[in-house]
Amino acid sequence: MANTFVALATVTVGSGGAANMEFTSIPATYTDLCLLVSTRSSTAEDSFGLQFNNDTGSNYPYRNVQGDGTNAQSFSGTTTKIYRGRQPESGYTANTFGNSQFYIPNYAGSNNKSVSLDTVNENNATTARASLSAALWSNTSAITSIKIVPDSGNFVQYSTATLYGIKNS
Amino acid sequence: MPTKLVVDCSTGVTTEVELTAEEIAQREADAAAFAEEQAARKAEEDAKAAAKAAAEAKLAALGLTADEIAALSK
Repeated sequence: MANTFVALATVTVGSGGAANMEFTSIPATYTDLCLLVSTRSSTAEDSFGLQFNNDTGSNYPYRNVQGDGTNAQSFSGTTTKIYRGRQPESGYTANTFGNSQFYIPNYAGSNNKSVSLDTVNENNATTARASLSAALWSNTSAITSIKIVPDSGNFVQYSTATLYGIKNS
Repeated sequence: MPTKLVVDCSTGVTTEVELTAEEIAQREADAAAFAEEQAARKAEEDAKAAAKAAAEAKLAALGLTADEIAALSK
């Protein structure tokens, strides 16, 4: 039976919170990667992104559309991390967590790395937001590490991320 | 001292590691850039909303109904 999705590792934030979460020593033996993230922020205004191989440079162009039930918006640009996972902020309904899926095809190939993202925060009140992004890491290196980085705060306890390797054989 | 969680995919072992001075500086720079971006976007949205309200007021003064004004933006 084909091992289509293989969970490579999971990380869960403990009671002290975490400034970021990082997957290292990612094997090159799969065709694609899928990263599922469920997080909540410690601060009043926050989101997060991904950095590959510890690249903190402005090497991540993106196109993004998002909506919150009232307004629809579109953004584009180039930034220092894959743009942009959504998560509940500290003022949002207690104990709610956002959900995000990053799909990274051909992560071990020699082309620039494309990433698609769908993400929602949860509020159970107002101003919950859904967002889709097409992003790129302008680098031809194989991805061997992924860092999940908040834009301003920390990830709170019970935030979690699981990285999957995908192949059809 | 802020910490990060590092999971080694070859072993599955997770380690809690203190951020280095360089990582803390990067984190502070990221937070400042994010705050600046958010402020710029809010200013842009506020300016658009103000321009829209001013345009609608001018159209209303010309005699357009609210439904007619709303139809222009669809």
